[in-house]
Amino acid sequence: MTVLEQPGAYRPTPPPAWQPRTDPAPLLPDDEPYRLLGTPAADALDPERLRLLHGHLVRGRRYNTQATALTRQGRLAVYPSSTGQEACEIAAALALEDRDWLFPSYRDTLAAVTRGLDPVQALTLLRGDWHTGYDPHEHRVAPLATPLATQLPHAVGLAHAARLKGDDVVALAMVGDGGTSEGDFHEALNFAAVWRAPVVFLVQNNGFAISVPLSKQTVAPSLAHKAVGYGMPGRLVDGNDAPAVLEVLTEAVRRARAGGGPTLVEAVTYRLDAHTNADDATRYRSDAEVAAWRSHDPVELVERELVRRDLVDADGLAAVREAAERMAADLRERMNEDPALDPMELFDHVYARRTARLREQAELLRAELAAAAADGSAHGGEREGTDR
Amino acid sequence: MTTAVATTGRKPATMSQALNRALRDAMADDPAVHVLGEDVGTLGGVFRITDGLAKEFGEDRCTDTPLAEAGILGTAVGMAMYGLRPVVEMQFDAFAYPALEQLISHVSRMRNRTRGALPMPITVRVPYGGGIGGVEHHSDSSEALYMATPGLHVVTPATVADAYGLLRAAIASDDPVVFLEPKRLYWSKADWEPDRPEEVPGIGTAVVRRRGTSATLITYGPSLPVCLEAAEAATAEGWDLEVVDLRSLVPLDEETVCASVRRTGRAVVVHEATGFGGPGGELAARITERCFHHLEAPVLRVTGFDIPYPPPMLEKHHLPGVDRVLDAVARLQWEADWTSPGSGSGVSQGSAQGARGVSGAQGGVR
Repeated sequence: MTVLEQPGAYRPTPPPAWQPRTDPAPLLPDDEPYRLLGTPAADALDPERLRLLHGHLVRGRRYNTQATALTRQGRLAVYPSSTGQEACEIAAALALEDRDWLFPSYRDTLAAVTRGLDPVQALTLLRGDWHTGYDPHEHRVAPLATPLATQLPHAVGLAHAARLKGDDVVALAMVGDGGTSEGDFHEALNFAAVWRAPVVFLVQNNGFAISVPLSKQTVAPSLAHKAVGYGMPGRLVDGNDAPAVLEVLTEAVRRARAGGGPTLVEAVTYRLDAHTNADDATRYRSDAEVAAWRSHDPVELVERELVRRDLVDADGLAAVREAAERMAADLRERMNEDPALDPMELFDHVYARRTARLREQAELLRAELAAAAADGSAHGGEREGTDR
Repeated sequence: MTTAVATTGRKPATMSQALNRALRDAMADDPAVHVLGEDVGTLGGVFRITDGLAKEFGEDRCTDTPLAEAGILGTAVGMAMYGLRPVVEMQFDAFAYPALEQLISHVSRMRNRTRGALPMPITVRVPYGGGIGGVEHHSDSSEALYMATPGLHVVTPATVADAYGLLRAAIASDDPVVFLEPKRLYWSKADWEPDRPEEVPGIGTAVVRRRGTSATLITYGPSLPVCLEAAEAATAEGWDLEVVDLRSLVPLDEETVCASVRRTGRAVVVHEATGFGGPGGELAARITERCFHHLEAPVLRVTGFDIPYPPPMLEKHHLPGVDRVLDAVARLQWEADWTSPGSGSGVSQGSAQGARGVSGAQGGVR
């Protein structure tokens, strides 16, 4: 008889290192996404907070439509719209204190702008004049990250370093559903849990990684479940319910700041626009599906709640819309100006000091520019392009 | 030996001891310096380079991380963003590959992406190269990958003094440095005084290790001792070889290299990494561009074969040894008036691997 054939025989008492660890916070997520709007709890929501969210949501929607329009005008090379996901974007920014850090993905321009970034500077990457158009220290917003999930370990490292220095700083890192398949996502969660780093991971599950639906991305019951294997709490929230997302994120930030470690929040939402203007979303999803999500629009949900509780009148709504229009008009106007570019800056930030090789190449470009300028003046013509 | 110690006041130290001392001194001098990696804490690293650091500076300064190279380097990025100076250990060359995305997509270009707002003062220590009988994935020489990535400095010491000096310079650098440690030189010794370490040139400076007139051997890291031995052996043939130790692959000290080649008129680049697309190609091209009219012969390369690193029982056939270097030198000699009449046949091929090619070539192998 082998050891395996003995009923119940192979049950060694694990040595101490094998003991399952327990966490005082519940690890398993809620079965259903957490909601506030449309539930009895909505009656208790603070009117000022609802109005604040509403103003941001209307402004955020307008920002998305304006930026999308700028791609059609050729002013932006590309814009990955977060239309339909504004509640997540805004809650991510509002859940943080000034001293905290936000780590956005390429779709999260709106979160960065909501945190206070100049909208034009936040769009520099997508316009194409520089990779990051803002100083990350100014509003504590890391550069918009294009490779998927690679910014998550950065958030862990920054939060860990802040804690080592004795600062009660929290990092909130944003990633999409597709990004949860990347190795860096898993490594970041594991490091954060092991180090008990003050990090909040926000997964915006918008249903698709470009064209690939969640069902082909994972067979986990939910993305929030992925927290369990790393020993951290996972929370599932309705990503179109702005007060709910804000409450869940605020609680996770509070827990992180208090030394409770990281939390994974999955916000279930939907990308109403295509992946980018280069994408044809009709190839992979039905109009009916999009229409169903339109009826669960994050902007309308809050607006309906304000109306239902009689917290806003027609003038109030008009004032919010006018403020959003002013923002859009200002953005449009400023984006219509050609950015002033200095080609010589190409060599400025590769190293702290240029190498001999770069000095040589900078001289080559300088000579080319000088020759082109001389040529242009000799022929009385204008210089091509907008780089002068 | 004891007499030497008494007169010089210096004792034999290994490269691994010098590296350990460099980490310790850097951590003592600057509280922002943090060491992290797999096994660097309690164990002191599989090569003991981080021995004693966790005990002396605490586990917050010398941290055993989960086993995940992308996570190790990725968290180091965030730590650097918050003002620390992480020194990351990759344990073995091929283990660094999971971290390449972080290295290439973020570490190397974060300064550039942010117009200088987020410099990355990260040192990535990578024990590299073969010759220690390591099994698969323990002996790669991937310096060409790092060299081809703008924004990284790439340095590699070949001496005990350089191990200390270059590592201190790497940690002090405000730019990311890939610090390649030649594994098979970890236990090489030299007289070296840890309490008064000698000054060495900084990053971006090559050093002429041996003066000569006949040809220049250009090399770095684990191949430096090979080249020095070859140069000694070549004296029997009346050849006086100059040996340049690059020390820094990025930035490359082209001035020292080109000055040497102009003096000697001949050059051989020697390294363990594969030849195709390897560092030698870049050097040969650059020397040709800058020294063409001084060259008496084409720039030759003596490199590892263009194969995945071989199993340990075959690595001696792959690694460029003294014979292969001397064969290449022999192939440089045609039309040279100081070679014996009738020689200079080596244009087509070097002599058979394993033979002392010098005499073979001199004898007119065809």
